[in-house]
Amino acid sequence: MTATREGATFASGTATDPAMAPHNMTLTLRIWRQRGPADKGRMVTYQVEDISPDMSFLEMLDVLNEKLILAGDDPVVFDHDCREGICGSCGLMINGTAHGRGTSGGPTTTCQLHMRKFKDGDTIDIEPWRATAFPVIKDLSVDRSALDRIIQSGGYISAPTGTAPEAHSILVPKKDSDAAFDAATCIGCGACVAACPNASSMLFTAAKVSHLGLLPQGQPERNERVVNMVAQQDREGFGGCTNIGECSAACPKGISMENISRLNHDLLGALRAGARPKS
Amino acid sequence: MAVVTVTQPGQRRAPKAAKTSSVFKKVVMAVSGIILVLYLIAHMIGNLKVFAGRESFNGYSHWIRTIGEPAVPAQTTLTIIRIVLLAAVIAHIWAAIALWRQAKRARPNGYVTKKAVAQSYASRTMRWGGVIVGLFVVYHILDLTMGVANPEGPGTTPYDRLVAGFSNPLITAVYVIALILLGMHLRHGIWSATQTLGQSNKRRERTVNLFALVFSVVLIGGFLLVPFSVLFGLVG
Ligand code: HEM
Ligand code: SF4
Ligand code: FES
Repeated sequence: MTATREGATFASGTATDPAMAPHNMTLTLRIWRQRGPADKGRMVTYQVEDISPDMSFLEMLDVLNEKLILAGDDPVVFDHDCREGICGSCGLMINGTAHGRGTSGGPTTTCQLHMRKFKDGDTIDIEPWRATAFPVIKDLSVDRSALDRIIQSGGYISAPTGTAPEAHSILVPKKDSDAAFDAATCIGCGACVAACPNASSMLFTAAKVSHLGLLPQGQPERNERVVNMVAQQDREGFGGCTNIGECSAACPKGISMENISRLNHDLLGALRAGARPKS
Repeated sequence: MAVVTVTQPGQRRAPKAAKTSSVFKKVVMAVSGIILVLYLIAHMIGNLKVFAGRESFNGYSHWIRTIGEPAVPAQTTLTIIRIVLLAAVIAHIWAAIALWRQAKRARPNGYVTKKAVAQSYASRTMRWGGVIVGLFVVYHILDLTMGVANPEGPGTTPYDRLVAGFSNPLITAVYVIALILLGMHLRHGIWSATQTLGQSNKRRERTVNLFALVFSVVLIGGFLLVPFSVLFGLVG
């Protein structure tokens, strides 16, 4: 092990590969370590060397974990799956912004954030999403099943099963289908909750309500959907939305604030029409 | 080493659910806020009577107290306005405190490092700014309505109290700071109320925000004209 590491240092640090040498980075990481849900947790400082700018943020954490495992330490637990920005599993608070949005320069997931956005010698603070509704499982991994329960409470439509219907039998105006598809790009990562000063899940719920409520297939349950999903998000212990806009700025899919207005509009209409949340 | 990777249902600390819908609280906040804003528009325009002179200003104050007379007893209209305003203020503060507490429960332990990406200064100061504006309103009523906190004291005319107060740079400074805070409160409040009542969309977003900014600047500018004119001796 020592030999390979020295070899690596030799290769990147001397004439063998002069082009690589100035680019690779040494970073100080301050990471939230928490043994389990009951542990208090604390920030722990680590050093990683030889980080290539082409690595993703999660690959950088893989390098740290390999080092920790070789040293006999407990690796840092973090959520991830597709590593291509589509599954919504990953999510870290990086230097105080969700998915490192303050560093990335554009909408991104943590897995699509690249180390070229950082400089040699940087100190990076890494924390889990913090919300009562997202209890920490271990280290940087949180339980986001509250979002699943919001979906269960109303994020569905009733459709007859059987052979696929003729695609053109129900016409959808282009404007509505575009807006519905924009809302449907939400991957349920929870960055909106993490970034919100109120820890509100409003942007997520609004994306789901808009996605189905804009389409003809979503009309039969439209009123009960919105009242039940809002009631469920309150029951889960999320905060209330005060339209600050941190959610939309942090969202990897750029879900816009207009969805929140649409949710409120639907909710007020549904309540006026007599819809009440089921308890 | 034992590694806990799953939260058992029993381990989940059941969060104390909000008793009232968070959106309901916001609607109360928006509607009561709009009532207060309508009052502020009338109040600001009324204040400009100072520039028409002592008689006109004091006459205006007298008129508010006698609207509808003799069909209704003295002060009827003013009393109704005061009851509506008080109800709006109580509703507004109730909703603000309820949402504040809900946010605190939703994230009891904050981040070690947290940075804002999009949050405006106005939206960041809604809560403490609102508290300061609320305290200011109490002082303001003791000062100019009741006169007990005014250099001229009670039993004087509204015009004299106003001139005596704003001749003091310290009192003028208090008003200026409170009004600037109120302006920021309204800047975010108008945008937020539009969202809460479901009246915004991508196309309107810019217009709503621009309107909120221009409205707040004009309203607060109108209010500020009076103390500055007294301070610089244009009204005396
Ligand atoms: C103690 C006094 C006050 C407190 C604690 C307070 C607090 C708040 C809070 C927390 C909000 C919600 C902020 C947000 O959306 O992020 C708000 C909104 C608002 N406030 Fe106040 N406020 C106070 C006084 C006032 C006054 C004096 C006015 C007007 C004269 C006013 C007008 C508004 C309006 C129009 C809104 C927007 C409603 C909405 O958010 O949907 N507030 N206030
Ligand atoms: S709205 Fe955006 S930030 Fe929130 S869960 Fe969906 S994709 Fe993530
Ligand atoms: S790991 Fe799937 S979105 Fe990041």
